[in-house]
Amino acid sequence: MAIDAETVRKVARLARIAEPEDRLEPLARELSGILDWIEQLAEVNTDGVEPMTTSVAMKLPMRDDVVTDGGDPARVLSNAPKTDKGFFIVPKVVE
Amino acid sequence: MAGLTGLTLKAALDGLANKTFSSEEITLDHIAAVEASSALNAYVVQTPDKALEMARASDARRSTGDAGPLDGAPLGIKDLFCTEGVESTAGSMILRGFKPTYESTVTSNLWRDGAVMLGKLNMDEFAMGSSNETSAWGPVVNPWRTQGGNAQLTPGGSSGGSASAVAAELCLGATATDTGGSIRQPAAFTGTVGVKPTYGRCSRWGIVAFASSLDQAGPMARTVEDTAILLRSMAGHDPKDSTSINLEVPDFGSFCGKSVKGLRIGIPKEYRVDGMPPEIDALWEQGIAWLKDAGCEIVDVSLPHTKYALPAYYIIAPAEASSNLARYDGMRYGLRVEGANLTETYEKTRAQGFGEEVKRRILIGTYVLSAGYYDAYYLKALKVRRRIADDFDQAWQTCDALLTPTAPSAAFALGEKSDDPVAMYLNDIFTVTVNLAGLPGMSVPAGVDAQGLPLGLQLIGRNLDEGTLFSLGSAIEKAADFRARPQKWW
Repeated sequence: MAIDAETVRKVARLARIAEPEDRLEPLARELSGILDWIEQLAEVNTDGVEPMTTSVAMKLPMRDDVVTDGGDPARVLSNAPKTDKGFFIVPKVVE
Repeated sequence: MAGLTGLTLKAALDGLANKTFSSEEITLDHIAAVEASSALNAYVVQTPDKALEMARASDARRSTGDAGPLDGAPLGIKDLFCTEGVESTAGSMILRGFKPTYESTVTSNLWRDGAVMLGKLNMDEFAMGSSNETSAWGPVVNPWRTQGGNAQLTPGGSSGGSASAVAAELCLGATATDTGGSIRQPAAFTGTVGVKPTYGRCSRWGIVAFASSLDQAGPMARTVEDTAILLRSMAGHDPKDSTSINLEVPDFGSFCGKSVKGLRIGIPKEYRVDGMPPEIDALWEQGIAWLKDAGCEIVDVSLPHTKYALPAYYIIAPAEASSNLARYDGMRYGLRVEGANLTETYEKTRAQGFGEEVKRRILIGTYVLSAGYYDAYYLKALKVRRRIADDFDQAWQTCDALLTPTAPSAAFALGEKSDDPVAMYLNDIFTVTVNLAGLPGMSVPAGVDAQGLPLGLQLIGRNLDEGTLFSLGSAIEKAADFRARPQKWW
């Protein structure tokens, strides 16, 4: 098995997803099943092959560094779970 | 399916231009059909008031001679597209209640050209799924049933709502998106036409991101020409998407019905897979014969890395997704579940907001990008991706387009594959290569199986050569003369 329950716990923590204790084993099995199937990629000879990150062969376009939008806090905040006086309200970050 | 809902988009636009009927009339017929379709669960949001307002504005434009190319045509919009002021959830609990304050570029282009919005179409959560069963709002049901059967079938995924709505005549056409086959597989499962254009043809701005190097928007409709009309409006350069192609959009409709004589059609031998139903193989042979009759030259080609496309995809797509979906943190929009501290708030929000398949893919993506595994998994997959793209480049030396089946089966029953992720992933075996290489692909309905369910054939073209696909697609459409329609039971 590629992944054990402890690895799932660690990865879930990295991904900021709370996984209950009783889900760790089943998830380890599911993810291992998928990764075992992915292992077949090892058969492919990729010596000297450049990784392909995009299918669009073009230079990243640049634009002028100017303000194009903004000045509308009401719109920015309109979907926020919690706001107060034009600010997002978030949990305490610094003790 | 009374009234004007059964028209093709082309016929509807002609009728509107000739003043045979008004946009208000055809929109009202569609609103009634949508309201009576709850058993299909295709629409997650209905916007009848907005539709009527847009229809009346369209009729006013017609009367002054200001009509655009889609003026007055009622369409459905996949819920992955952000629509200003209209709830856009991407099939996820984490976005429940989210009303964008902006409009996606693709939908803006449709409204610019006069189209009317009927509502938002259901989909797999964040477009992760091949059966629509991962939607937080319940699965879409395929309007097709097996002959004499009443089992509920999947419309495919992730654009299942778009496919079901088009097949059941709940819109004249729909927007959809395709990251690994999410336009073409549902099109094949519902007897509709679906086009995934070249990566970069349609702007991704305002489309909820899944895997940004693979995601591409495209149209679904009931005829090849209708998809050509829609794509022309949807596509176009957008400075807000850095991967948007800065080229003039061709008049795709002009390619429909054009002679395909002399075109060389490649048949990739690796697409003959074990366990494929003989009917799909036979349909493929039939498709070859049709194109031969139309004057095409058939050539055997090899795409030797085909079998590695899906495993590579299931590293690349989850890796990109794990990064893209990091934005759902419960702070600025969407669901927030309070915890004892900031980290716990993140963890609880994401645990409750995401469904099982989305969590699975985020975990895989996080794992393959984590220290010690990046080279072995992620970098390896990107190299395999290059080899897959090289296979196509080789094939283009001897052919102009490829013909393959779209999916390895017809529509299956809801629940049939939901316990086995890998079995579900194999649905995309014929479609995913195209996304990795960035090429255009199209699914055309070509026949039915012994149970009366539709089957599709896939055409794959060179980069930016959608035009040839529209010509070949309409040649197959003409030869297949596919007229089967689902019997209304909903």
